Amino acid sequence: MGLSLPLAAGPSVGAGWRRIKLPLTAWLLLLPVFVSLGSVSVYPILNGVWLSLTNTSLVTQENDFVGLANYTALLGDEAFWNAWRHTMVFTFVSTSLETILGLGMALLLFEPFIGRSVVRAAMLVPWAMPTVVTSKMFGWLFDGQYGLVNYLLRSAGLISENINWLGSVDHALGTIIVADVWKTTPFMALMLLAGLQTVPRSLTEAARMDGARAWKTFWFVRLPLLIPTLLIAGMFRALDAFRVFDLVYVLTGGGPADSTETLSTLSYKILFSTLQFGYGSALSTAMFLTETLIAVGFGVFIVRQLRRQ
Amino acid sequence: MVSRDRWRPILIYLGAAMILVWSAGPFVWQFSTSFQNDRALTEAAPAFWPSPATLEHYANVFFVKKFQLYVVNSIIVAGITTILCLIVGALAAFSLSRLDIKGRFGVLGIILSVSMFPQIAVVGPLYLIASNMGLLDTYMGLVITYLALGLPLVTWVLFGYFDTLPREIDEAARMDGITTLGLLVRIIIPMSLPGIVTTGLLAFIAAWNEFMFALAFTSTIEHQTIPVGIANFTNLYYVPWGDIAAASVVVTVPLIVLVLFFQRHIIEGLTQGAVKE
Repeated sequence: MGLSLPLAAGPSVGAGWRRIKLPLTAWLLLLPVFVSLGSVSVYPILNGVWLSLTNTSLVTQENDFVGLANYTALLGDEAFWNAWRHTMVFTFVSTSLETILGLGMALLLFEPFIGRSVVRAAMLVPWAMPTVVTSKMFGWLFDGQYGLVNYLLRSAGLISENINWLGSVDHALGTIIVADVWKTTPFMALMLLAGLQTVPRSLTEAARMDGARAWKTFWFVRLPLLIPTLLIAGMFRALDAFRVFDLVYVLTGGGPADSTETLSTLSYKILFSTLQFGYGSALSTAMFLTETLIAVGFGVFIVRQLRRQ
Repeated sequence: MVSRDRWRPILIYLGAAMILVWSAGPFVWQFSTSFQNDRALTEAAPAFWPSPATLEHYANVFFVKKFQLYVVNSIIVAGITTILCLIVGALAAFSLSRLDIKGRFGVLGIILSVSMFPQIAVVGPLYLIASNMGLLDTYMGLVITYLALGLPLVTWVLFGYFDTLPREIDEAARMDGITTLGLLVRIIIPMSLPGIVTTGLLAFIAAWNEFMFALAFTSTIEHQTIPVGIANFTNLYYVPWGDIAAASVVVTVPLIVLVLFFQRHIIEGLTQGAVKE
């Protein structure tokens, strides 16, 4: 099998064995991962690109090559641009809020205080909870009639009448963003906290000795060193936010009046409600390309930041 | 300066309390909701302490909605996925960390980049493939999918754990004539057991919580998982918030207990990517 290799073999023989046998074993052990990812992720993506060039539909049973017709149709599709705008707003607003709030939480957790481990443990609750459960939970908290949020705001005198958070065009997307921020900020904070812990204490101590105020220490010492972590965490959040599905699908289903439709929910509907696999694949392929662009954009920034240091 | 030093701890505890309420508050409310009867839930002023406390929602969840069937499906799917993820991921991580792979970080990067694919771009074609192979509405269809979804993270985290073990161990073991697989099974794995348990937990949570593929690929209660079950929880005339809350508690409390138990390892495992140079 070539799986056994006593290193005690003489140097010349051993070197030969290493070069020929070991890489083979190494690649053999990697094979299952490649088979799995290749057949369930890479191949379907390529298959999707092909489908996007056809008029495949499970209703009409058509399956013909139509070139770029789906893409030109997409560009003229108001529903697509509508979903595109919501997705962009959602991605930008939720990622920014999560980064800022997460940074605040991380800075606070960096300070020693009694009960810190309890707080840190509680922060894992939103992360561990199934997103569908989160969605239902926020559906109840923000319920238009009996929700806790309406009650609290009314009691505080901030609103005079109940707001139909998820049922009104003005509030639904914002409510979904709140739910997403709730679910993902704590984890962002824990990532940033791990980043903060790598900033050498001697640097912050030195700044303090020089009489720098707390915010100056933060701005000129900690923040610059934290930027790579911020960018990496931000990239993962942005990529994740861009493909938001569960929250929207369960909370509003894209409504009311398509005001929360995102690219993922729209794709899903085109694929599984109208069964237009060709057109749906064009939309999801466009999403894939956008995700790649986002990743590359962040990647360039990250590499540049790391080089600078 | 003096006043600032006096205010500082107060501000810190205030902030900590806010984070605590923010993180745990909504679920605590859900917990309380699950024990209140429908009448109390539609009161003008909601109460935190259930009075009278009732178990009717839990009864509904199990006796009327047959929620235990979803739970069993989820345990089977997430359980098998976790085991397969650990086996396949450990082989790959071991190979990348210990064997002679040229450009190991390139390979690792490729594996990780697959996790950035938007799942919506995979679900359509995969549905057609699964349909052709008769894998729709089966456990196997979900397991095969979740295995691929979990592997990038599992491989990456296991690689991180394996790579912290000193190389001298390998050499000593090789001196004793151990085989390559023996090195993995008898030495590397036992030495990184806490890491493997944590990684397994991450894979389990990911499979347990997944919604979109389960929604697309399963159609009957025989194979639907918990998220699909909860998403479909609606009554004819009103939203059964109490039942939903009870189901939420049932599926979330075990996760929370596990996560709290392993919290230190989870945070370490998941954040290694962001802080490593």
